[in-house]
Formats: sequence, structure tokens, C-alpha cells
Amino acid sequence: MLNYTIRRLLLAIPTLLFIALVIFLLLELAPGDPMANVPLTVPPEVKEKMRIALGLDQPTHIRFLKWLQQFFWVEPLHMIDALFGTQWGEGMQRIISWQSRSPVMDIIWQRMPQTLWVVGLSYVLGALIAVPVGVISAYRQYSFIDQLGTFISMIGFSVPTFFTGVLMIVIFSVWLGWFPSIYDTTLVVHDWETFVKQLKQMIMPVSVLALYNAAQISRFMRASMLDNLNQDYVRTARAKGLKEKTVVLVHVLRNSMIPVVTVIALGVPQVFGGAIITEQVFKVNGLGQLLITAIQANDLPMVQTLTFIFAILIVLFNLIADILYGVLDPRIRYD
Amino acid sequence: MPDGGLFVLDVKDLKTVFLTRAGEVHAVNRVSFQVRPGELLGVVGESGSGKSVTMMSLIGLLPMPPAEVRGGRALFDGRDLLAMEPEELRQIRGARVGFIFQDPMTSLNPVFTVGFQLMEPLRTHMGMDKRAARRRAAELLELVGISDADRRLDDYPHQFSGGMRQRVMIAMALACDPEVLIADEPTTALDVTIQAQILELVKELRQKLGMAIIWITHDLGVIAGIADRVMVMYAGQVVEEAPVKGLFTNPQHPYTRALLQTVPSVRGKRAEHLRVIPGQPPVLGAEPRACPFAPRCDHALARCRRENPPRIPLGDGHDVACFWDPATGGERDV
Ligand SMILES: Nc1ncnc2c1ncn2[C@@H]1O[C@H](COP(=O)(O)OP(=O)(O)OP(=O)(O)O)[C@@H](O)[C@H]1O
Ligand SMILES: [Mg+2]
Repeated sequence: MLNYTIRRLLLAIPTLLFIALVIFLLLELAPGDPMANVPLTVPPEVKEKMRIALGLDQPTHIRFLKWLQQFFWVEPLHMIDALFGTQWGEGMQRIISWQSRSPVMDIIWQRMPQTLWVVGLSYVLGALIAVPVGVISAYRQYSFIDQLGTFISMIGFSVPTFFTGVLMIVIFSVWLGWFPSIYDTTLVVHDWETFVKQLKQMIMPVSVLALYNAAQISRFMRASMLDNLNQDYVRTARAKGLKEKTVVLVHVLRNSMIPVVTVIALGVPQVFGGAIITEQVFKVNGLGQLLITAIQANDLPMVQTLTFIFAILIVLFNLIADILYGVLDPRIRYD
Repeated sequence: MPDGGLFVLDVKDLKTVFLTRAGEVHAVNRVSFQVRPGELLGVVGESGSGKSVTMMSLIGLLPMPPAEVRGGRALFDGRDLLAMEPEELRQIRGARVGFIFQDPMTSLNPVFTVGFQLMEPLRTHMGMDKRAARRRAAELLELVGISDADRRLDDYPHQFSGGMRQRVMIAMALACDPEVLIADEPTTALDVTIQAQILELVKELRQKLGMAIIWITHDLGVIAGIADRVMVMYAGQVVEEAPVKGLFTNPQHPYTRALLQTVPSVRGKRAEHLRVIPGQPPVLGAEPRACPFAPRCDHALARCRRENPPRIPLGDGHDVACFWDPATGGERDV
């Protein structure tokens, strides 16, 4: 297993380099001028200087290599400096956002907590709801509970989040006035009152996304349980006189979880991608929103870096899913 | 071994119906049989004749719905299995009645070790702690002829061959010393040499442990070698039952006679050609009012198409559900 992991990690390096190049070239080819947002009153020679300052006068391949060096060498050094107070990255040029003129990674670190709290929590909640719902739906197939679960999850993944989100805002913010419609990112939790406030502003975006996630995962869970409930080994377990609870929650569930865990792991990068639409609807300025505004502003370093981080996460969680599969299913041997 | 004493299992008029979308399927109709302690009862019949459904009805292994046990009683140790609460029945399953299934490749849970699965009935029914259960599990593996038992407890099912897995299944069924072992075509999925080994093992274990065995198969050749008595099933009912010798020397039912002719070699000499019974067994949408075998029967009489023959006792524990008498070639005198 260790060998396998190392081999896969090594294999991921050329893959990621290739992805980085593709992203870079795509952005390069896309129309748009980073100076477009600069006010018209700024004279052209000043603009030219700004261009040079941003390194835009350099040929494409140089800029790509420079970005690689910054991403894989300078930024990690700065991270170490920030963590341990060292000074290794001193004086090295970091990846700078064209839009805000500050280091890209600093902005990303700043936005990360919002996304993790709202989108991450909704993912965890979604999975926690989905597993028992899927188990019960499958065990009581076609019962009222199953029909209800099917109905709700149909809604969950067929009605888009921008609709459920707006609907919730209308009901709970506008009519009932229970929750704020705008997420206040500057809120710092330091006592009970602010904690309740934070909770209140999280409820709507989290539940919209949790519903969506739960809908998808519970369908998977249900299908996987149904597959396994008909297997011969279940009859054997019953023939042994095991309690029904043991049969379902030990024998069947353990097998059914294998594909579901894989699916859950594969979905994690989505969390970091932020649920772009939901973040927009609730004005949560997380990573999803950051990406959207960066695209709109032609902020290539930001778009490049964010997209590449998502690519790394996707490759990484693919590997994690494969490893989990091997851990959970004794029949799989990777070496 | 059969001592004519009390029956361990006494089934009377069992009736099981499946409620399907296309309507009812009367899979088991008024099946009655008894098993004495230590006896081996063979159950034969074509595919779909209701052998598995009969046995699974007894210990609550059928999915309900679609299955429904509509009548009859099954006395086990003086109590009716069919009338028991599910919880009571569960405590008998795997403890006092063991079950082995046809396909050892799929009958074990792939994600748990063989040891874990073997220890489960011990811990559930005998209240053993982990260490005691493990010791007993190793003994059981040795009992069924798996060497290096203690180490193999930590292996997963996929690390065993088909024959070995069936041995594990047998060990599991015997874990709590059951009074009855129901074996549903335990050798069908195995190749011939492994089949023979498993048969030998069961014979040996029966001598050692003395439980009664119900052995389901569609292979009369297997039955000839191990059974004390044989019950022949067709279309969900018992058409003939007899001590094994009586059945092979003096088969009464045309279906039994046809089955015997499909066996290549029962007593040494090779049949000239395999005779296959033409036609298909019926799927019953209702309880049959005529003999269900009549459409495929060479000897069917007018009465066979009007009346479903009852089981007619012929003496010496032999009975047959047929109006045709092979001795006279005419109608039986009932
Ligand atoms: N789940 C079910 N739904 C509907 N009908 C069923 C179901 N299970 C079994 N049956 C019916 O019950 C009848 C008896 O089946 P059973 O499995 O007992 O046959 P069998 O004698 O064990 O055959 P085999 O030798 O193939 O195992 C069959 O005709 C089948 O159509
Ligand atoms: Mg069967």
C-alpha cells in the first residue's frame, strides 16, 4: 500500500505540471486585458510601466516557469516563514494578484475559513444525514419513509441551489426575519452573542448546500444498500441467527459504505471550489466568490493559482479515494 | 441411527405462497414430512420444485413480503416454528438449526475475516467471550478439515478456494451443535472431486456429532450414497417418500421413475442414454386441483386430470401421491 501510494504520488507530478501548463495557456489565449480596469485617466506610459511591473512584458514560457517557481518554491517558503517565524522567503517575489496587488496566497488564506465553515460544514452535515437516510430508505424500500426520502432528494438535486437559496431568503429573512440575508464575513466570534449571530447567518447557506449534498449522497447510499441487501451473504448472516440490527448495520452497511466513502472522498475538492452559486446568493465571500470576481477582473495569477489548487485537490482526493477503497475492501490489493 | 423415537422436526401441511406482481405463486403446497434425530433425509426434485422454499419457510429465511406462509405447522422440540415470534425463531436459527447454502463463493461476507464470521454465532448464541469463541472457531475449522486453523481465522473469504469456503460454511452451521442441519444443494456449485470430499466430510461429521440432516439436491446419485430416507418433490408438493433402498429398488411415482432414469449410474451399471423428462414443471398460480405432473406423465389416467392424488401409504414408510400403480399398470385401488 505504501509503495502504491508513493508510486501514485510520483505519477501525479507530471500530470499536475501538464494541468498547470494547460490552465496557463488557456488563460493566455482568453481575450481580456489586465489593465482594462485601470481608469481611463491614467496615461498610457504609466500603464506600460504597470505592465512591466506585473511582468507582462516577458514571453509566455518565461512567465509560466516563473509562476511555477513561485508556486512551488517561493510560496511554500513564505508559508514556512509565517508558521515558524523564519526568514527564508525574504525578498523573493510572490505571486501577486493583478486586481488587489497583494499576494494571491494571502487572499486565499483569508477566504478559506468562510468556505470551510459554510461549504465544508454543509458537506459534512450532508454526508451525516445522507447515510442513515439511505440505509433506512433501502431497508424499507417503497415504504412511506422511502417515498418521502426519494421525494425530498429529488427536490434536493433537481431544484438548483440559487432557487432554494433565494426561496429561503424570502421566507426566513424577508417574511419571518429570523436570519440575516447577507453573510457578514467580518464577524468575529468571541462570546455567546456573536456565536449565536454566526450560527444564525450560517443556517441558511449551510442548509441549502447540505440538502443538495445529502440528496446526492443518500441516493448513492440507498442504491448501494439495495445492491447488498440481496446478496447471499446476508441470507447467511440471518441463517446464523444474528440480530436483524447486526445483519443490516454490520454486514450490509460495511459493504455498502465502500463505494459511498469513495464518492464522498471524490466530492471533497468541490468543498474547496466553494459552492460558487450559493456563495454568491448569500454573499459569503469564500473561495468560490473569489474565483468569480477574479475571472471577471481578468486577474490571471489569481485564477491560475486557484484553478491549479483545485486541480491538486482533485488529483489528491482521487488518490485518497483509491487508497480508502483498498483499506475498506480486503479483496483489493495494490501491491 | 434412526430409532423411531420422537421426531426432531415434524412438518404438516406447509403452504407457502409468493405474492408477485403477476399474481400469486403457490410455491409449496401441503408439504408434510418428519425427521428423526440423527436421520439424513434427502430431498430431491427438479429446479423450481420448491425444495429451498420449503426449508427456508421453516426457519423464517424467506423475505416477507413477497413470501407468505399461509398454513401448516412445523413442530421442533414440541413447539411450532411457524407460529413463533421472529425473535424466538432467531434464537433457534444458527443455534439449533444450521443452514448451508449452494454457492460458497457468495455466501460468506467478503469484508470480514473467516474467524469473525465463525465467531459470530458462538458469541450470539452461546454468549462466549472473544477468546473462547476464537478457540472454538479454530477447533471448528480443524473439525471440517482445514489445516493451520488458527492462522487461517484471520484470512478473508477470497483467500479460500470454493471447497474450502464450503467447509467454512459447514463449520459455521455446526458451530452451536445444532440438532438439525439443513444443507441446500451444498455441493452443486463445486467440481466433482471437491463434491466427493464434502460428502465424505458430512458423513464423517454426522457420525461424530449425530445431528439430523436434511440434504437438498437434484442429484439422485448423491442421495443414494448418504440418505436414510428420500422425499421427492414436484411442483411444490411431495410426490413420493420412502427409505432410500425402497425408493431405488421400487420407485412408484412416474416422476421418480423418470428421475431415476436420468441418473447415469446409480448402482454401478451405466444407463444406455440419459433420459430427460420432456416438458417443463408448472408455475402454479393457484393450488393445483389435478395432479401437477399429469401433463408430462406417460401413464396419466382420466382421474389424474380431475383430482390431485393424496399421499397413499404403501407400508414400510413408503408413500406415493399417484393413482397409477406400476405393479398392475392400472389405477391404484384407493
Ligand atoms: N422471491 C420469489 N418470488 C416469487 N416466486 C418465487 C420466489 N422465490 C421462489 N419462487 C418460486 O418458488 C418456486 C420454488 O422455488 P425453490 O427455490 O424452492 O426451488 P428449488 O426446488 O429449490 O429449485 P433449485 O433446485 O433451482 O434450487 C419456484 O417456482 C419459484 O418460481
Ligand atoms: Mg433451491
